Amino acid sequence: MLGVLLLAFSVVSVASAELCKPDAQNAFKVRLSIKTALGDNAYTWDANEEYLFKAMMAFAMRRYSSKSTTQISNVLLCNVTDRVSFWFVVTDSSKNTTTVPGSEVEAAIRMNRNRINSAFLLSDKTLQFLKISTTLSPPVEPSTPVWLIVFGVVLSLIVAGIVFLIVAGIQQRKKKNKESTERENLEEKGEVTITIENGIPCEALDLKAGHVNGVFAADDERFTSL
Amino acid sequence: MDVPPDVPKEDGRPKWDNKFQYILSCIGFAVGLGNVWRFPYLCQIHGGGAFLIPYFIALIFEGIPLLHLELALGQCLRKGSISAWHTISPYLGGVGVASWMVSILVSLYYNTILTWVMWYFINSFQEPLPWSICPLNENKTGLNEECYESTAVNYFWYRKTLNITPDVTDSGTLQWWLVLCLASCWAIVYLCTIRGIETTGKAIYVTAIFPYVVLTIFLIHGLSLPGATEGLAYLFTPNLNILKNPRVWLDAATQIFFSLSLAFGGLIAFSSYNPSKNDCEKDAVTVAIVNSITSLYASIPIFSVLGFKAITGYWDCLDRNIISVINEYDLPEQSITRQNYTDWITFLNSSNPEKLAGLKLKSCDLQEFLDQSVSGSGLAFIVFTQAVILMPGSQAWAILFFVMLFSLGLSSMFGNIEGVFTPLLELQVISKSIPKELLSGIICLVSFLFALCFTLGSGSYWIDIFDSYAGSLPLLVIAFFEVIGVAYVYNIKRFSEDVKWMTGRKLNVYWQITWRFISPLLLLIVFVAFVTLQIQKTPSYAAWNPKYEHFPMKEQKVYPPWVQAICVLLAALPCVFVPLVALIHLIKRMSRSKDSSLIPPEMFSCQEVNS
Repeated sequence: MLGVLLLAFSVVSVASAELCKPDAQNAFKVRLSIKTALGDNAYTWDANEEYLFKAMMAFAMRRYSSKSTTQISNVLLCNVTDRVSFWFVVTDSSKNTTTVPGSEVEAAIRMNRNRINSAFLLSDKTLQFLKISTTLSPPVEPSTPVWLIVFGVVLSLIVAGIVFLIVAGIQQRKKKNKESTERENLEEKGEVTITIENGIPCEALDLKAGHVNGVFAADDERFTSL
Repeated sequence: MDVPPDVPKEDGRPKWDNKFQYILSCIGFAVGLGNVWRFPYLCQIHGGGAFLIPYFIALIFEGIPLLHLELALGQCLRKGSISAWHTISPYLGGVGVASWMVSILVSLYYNTILTWVMWYFINSFQEPLPWSICPLNENKTGLNEECYESTAVNYFWYRKTLNITPDVTDSGTLQWWLVLCLASCWAIVYLCTIRGIETTGKAIYVTAIFPYVVLTIFLIHGLSLPGATEGLAYLFTPNLNILKNPRVWLDAATQIFFSLSLAFGGLIAFSSYNPSKNDCEKDAVTVAIVNSITSLYASIPIFSVLGFKAITGYWDCLDRNIISVINEYDLPEQSITRQNYTDWITFLNSSNPEKLAGLKLKSCDLQEFLDQSVSGSGLAFIVFTQAVILMPGSQAWAILFFVMLFSLGLSSMFGNIEGVFTPLLELQVISKSIPKELLSGIICLVSFLFALCFTLGSGSYWIDIFDSYAGSLPLLVIAFFEVIGVAYVYNIKRFSEDVKWMTGRKLNVYWQITWRFISPLLLLIVFVAFVTLQIQKTPSYAAWNPKYEHFPMKEQKVYPPWVQAICVLLAALPCVFVPLVALIHLIKRMSRSKDSSLIPPEMFSCQEVNS
């Protein structure tokens, strides 16, 4: 009895060894980079984590094919390395000797990728299924390009500055013209209030810079003090 | 008698508000984009610290004397370049016209470089920076092919900014975003130069001082980055053997010359607004030394950042190799670090060489990353932008960097425009009734319309042509004739008397020797060497062609004959005015001497012009 059991067991394990080996048909290689993703919070990969992985794979297959027959025992892992990488196959639940086609497994994983990633606290980059390529997310593009907005701001500032300077220049020129025409009008009418001495306006003379003639300066001494 | 307070005039000529404005304008004109992106590159490829030796020799024997000459000339004669040279001798009037032409040609393409800077500036506000990611291709299955094969930074520069064509003959279309930026750049130039030095004098306070502030910020930040010491060591390690190569001496002489913005006529215009009794000797030495110190000061942050970029690239290379090895051999994570990488590789190679070779690991060499040196627009728009992406807070650094480049370029543009504007104001053709605002507006509008050709698909090839031919050779010719004209035609003794009157000191024998012998000789040697080197190789250019078999390497192409003819025209057109005007005046003199008696040549001196 015992011998028969042992024989059956060895047959099963040999069968599973044949089903799950590197580059087997419908087998996938998985690679985890736990330390890269989590740093100091990294967990060690042990048998419990492997059990979780098998559970997640079974879960994914169940969700995908919606026939709840895939068991955890249907997921076979092998060749676990220190890298943390391993191969796995999913065997058909009805017949233990064949594997589920790779396309089905791939579709199931794609459908549930998010759930699988979050179960292990990893991302698409750190939990890699080597034959399954990830889809790229398009880069975010705002509706109005940002540069047009900035350009609009810069241009309005420049135009405001130019208009201001031109208007100021025109106003200054008008003021200058008005003053010079006023001056001419006043001179014609002879009402010029600027005193002119020998053709030199008095304001231009720097009276303080002139020499003081001592003969006429001491005016206060002509008169006797009272 | 009311004099409008904002325009102090004695003889109808505007003048600077204060001496500081004048010095700052000269420094702003001299300190430009070349100090940031040409000098550090030259320093690096010509033996690091050893390059400073020919550089300072050129400064002392060529740069400072020519600078002093121009400043003294403008200050003495108080006229723009065309009228000033006509006053010195009517036969030399062509020198003024030539420098006026060169100023026009250079203004055209220089402002287009500022357009590119502005485009990058307004794109720096986006998060993430648009040159850090590749866009997707049409069916969204992968990244854009051109971007994927080169880098995102290259793609943004060549495709999204320039939309460059694969050949200089293929003009492409006007790029509307560049046209908009070009319009705003010329509007900024108009805003600042609207009334000549009255407005540029105010603007220069910002545009000349701001770059130093930003350089200091970058210096502090750059020195704190990893890899800064490697970059600086690479820059400054002297290799004295390089001094045996004459190319190094030629590059030093040309760098000093072009860096000080000599022979543009802009410096003559600036100093013509000075009071006549001003110490031009001290000004010249100050401006030249500040320019050289700025070049050195700018190379420190540039090379710290380049060192940072090199070491980041090196680490990335190592990390990618490490991941490949770990994945292939299924080793635990983080078992191979950057430090023990080489030990591991030797161990794995000894045990199973074929497997290791099968991985096709790239060899990571820090020296190779540091050797990737670039100058010119490539440094600013490709290399530096790539480094900025790697820094935290990249938007702020990008914005600061591009505003700094814009201010550097704008203050140089002021000098260029002044070199065009001042001579025009003095021509009798322009009557007094045209207001200054209108004249500067016309100059800016016409320049904008001509510069539209640089916004075509092939625009950047044309800018390289203009830069190599219009902005180099004619300047050497003009400067040579300037020195010869002042030293021998005007007579060095008369000029010494004028300078003595202006500065109040007797002219040092150093100036006499350099003006009479050393500078003209040096200029002649540089000119001959320059022309010889240009003639030896057929003019070629590097084209960006996505269909090239070795893409992303650039394709080396030769200019077609009609483009070569344009190159020769650009170099010859300003120079041809020198003999042309002399010939015209000779003919006039000969026809005049036929009818009337000989008119004695006009003798004058600085003191008479100013009293």
